[in-house]
Amino acid sequence: MSRTALGMPAVRPVHGQGNLHASTAFPAAAKAEMGNTQMRANIRHATHTIRGKRARVAGELPDWEELRSAGSAVKEQVMARLPELLEQFEANFTARGGTVHWARDAAEANRIVTELVQATGSTDVIKIKSMATQEIGLEAHLEEHGITATETDLAELIVQLGHDKPSHILVPAIHKNRHEIRDIFLAEMAETDETLTSEPRDLAEAARTHLREKFLSTSVAVSGANFGVAETGTLTVVESEGNGRMCLTLPQTLITVMGIEKIVPTFQDLEVFLQLLPRSSTGERMNPYTSMWTGVTPGDGPQDVHVVLLDNGRTAVLDDPAGRSALHCIRCSACLNVCPVYEQAGGHAYGSTYPGPIGAILSPQLTGIESEQNASLPYASSLCGACYDVCPVKINIPEILVHLRDEDVRTRHGERSDEGAAAAPARTRRLPQAPSQMDLMMKSASFVMSSGRRMALAEKGLPLGRAVAGKDHAISWLPGMAGGWTDERDIPAPPKESFRNWWAKHSEETEQRVAQDGGPVSGSDAAGPETDTQHDEGER
Amino acid sequence: MTDAKTEILARIRGALHDTPSAPAAERTYRVASDRAAAEVLEMLEDRLVDYKATVHHETPESLPGRIAELLGASSRYVVPAGLDRSWLPEDTAARRALTDPNDARAASALGVRELNAVDAVVTSSTVSCAETGTIFLTGRPDEGRRAISLVPDHHICVVPAATVVELIPEALARVTPTAPVTMISGPSATSDIELERVEGVHGPRRLDVILLG
Repeated sequence: MSRTALGMPAVRPVHGQGNLHASTAFPAAAKAEMGNTQMRANIRHATHTIRGKRARVAGELPDWEELRSAGSAVKEQVMARLPELLEQFEANFTARGGTVHWARDAAEANRIVTELVQATGSTDVIKIKSMATQEIGLEAHLEEHGITATETDLAELIVQLGHDKPSHILVPAIHKNRHEIRDIFLAEMAETDETLTSEPRDLAEAARTHLREKFLSTSVAVSGANFGVAETGTLTVVESEGNGRMCLTLPQTLITVMGIEKIVPTFQDLEVFLQLLPRSSTGERMNPYTSMWTGVTPGDGPQDVHVVLLDNGRTAVLDDPAGRSALHCIRCSACLNVCPVYEQAGGHAYGSTYPGPIGAILSPQLTGIESEQNASLPYASSLCGACYDVCPVKINIPEILVHLRDEDVRTRHGERSDEGAAAAPARTRRLPQAPSQMDLMMKSASFVMSSGRRMALAEKGLPLGRAVAGKDHAISWLPGMAGGWTDERDIPAPPKESFRNWWAKHSEETEQRVAQDGGPVSGSDAAGPETDTQHDEGER
Repeated sequence: MTDAKTEILARIRGALHDTPSAPAAERTYRVASDRAAAEVLEMLEDRLVDYKATVHHETPESLPGRIAELLGASSRYVVPAGLDRSWLPEDTAARRALTDPNDARAASALGVRELNAVDAVVTSSTVSCAETGTIFLTGRPDEGRRAISLVPDHHICVVPAATVVELIPEALARVTPTAPVTMISGPSATSDIELERVEGVHGPRRLDVILLG
């Protein structure tokens, strides 16, 4: 793709940092995760439950497709008008008594939030579940500075108390079942004892008791945001349990970290997303609670209100016209719940904060496809397209996956000398490699297949394959990189003879055979349009 | 070094090197209801009950009696200063309404611990969306500041019939965007354990909705 543009500014987008890189690349991580049969059973149960609910409530709306189209169009417009919308948001939020901060990357966002908390004198913060703060690793950063962040969302609390990692966008503890959650609560919550059952109702009650005092006494809260309205300066958080309302209402100071792509132009646009998000996410007509605030409301809620607008690689995603629609994502997680790969591998295998199909296109773009660990993510898909079908804002995930595979191959061949490669963080950048086994195989295949004579010669080797396959007619080991295939499955034995070689011996018999079958015409193009027409009529 | 805002905006402009143009979104989805008012009310009730709220139908005359019954004989409950007092039952020795001035800075404002100790809260509401079973509070004088409808464990919410609409676009059109908005769809709930919905976490665990005709 040509990247030449007139008058391009000197400033280049920069890739993101933080919890976006896997420590192990997907193929190896997935292999390890697949050994965890309990986790796989838990994920299968949960994703199948939610699939049915999503389909039912999406089907309930006669205008679901119109809403999806509108959602997609609004997001496309946001990307095209982003600078103007961000400045408009800032002006409106500021006019209502809020403070807007800008953070180029995770480190800058963490520093800003930490300094804001330190300025309050508090060493405790309560947190609403947020992908952005997970992405930048805020909790660990606060910890290093002597500030304790308590997760108040039930699933995040389960992850935090279990010293675990989130594995799903909506339900970070999806890999744990009720019995495992009960065990964590029993071990980590002072208020619980052996009488605690594994009934979800009882577990929710235990969380309520555990967090109540925190809500009443903590003076600083940190949140993410689902939407920021440019026209009014309004921030929105969508939630279920009321922990969000607690954090957004009771503390004196509220600090929100929001990705720059979360802006929507008008308040009216929320009518689209507030229908799409809950139905796609939890499979509910509406989530129990949605809160909106615009700067400070005197005498009601936090009086010291901040928002940190976060880039951290988002501009690098925006830089690629073929991949930028990954930024349209509203974090509903519907694509995870329908993905056959996610169902088997689980969320941890993706490494990054963003798992599943959306993670497979977002993480490598945020970090740069040059990132060694994330370069395999676009291959973590069968390209079945289920994710595209359920996406509430119609992100064509399979198309972007294929595009990123191409970017990856071109990167490995050193064919991308463009800005994208240079923008990658140095520690993850890969140098162009010498021709790989795949290159040599492809080159040989191209040499053989480009000539009928050479192909026929090569196919004379088929009986050799049959000999290798042996009595069970299957080949279960191949050398070199082709072994990647036979590691997981057998190849059936090749036929005795290729069609090409068979045809060379029998082509003279055509007329004789057609006459035998009572066919209409002689000649080499007997299978012409007439035959097609007959076939069509036969089907009617 | 340039400041973060300047640099981020410059990065975005650089990333939009292909100067993408996006046409305005076509709003071909439903924006106005074509259902009769009675049908819309019925839908609201159906959706509220589905998400485990309890629904009552009352008139201005029967309203105080219903609220008294829901509060029970013994109750200390909070009401926002702007609430229509004729909706409420007479105070008794054991049942008393505490009025919150709608401003946390006022001396008479209830603190969070006081709110945590009351039995219930009674508020009105701005608008309700039938299709999703959602009630909108926007901090008006008869709805109060956000804390009073959050901390008590029992929320009795009055929904005047004239404030019920069918669709989300109709509901949002009746909301002042800069107000502190709380959208409520049933009592607090979670789907965090095995993606199964259970009601009752941090917000009010009991939600009584009174449709006032």
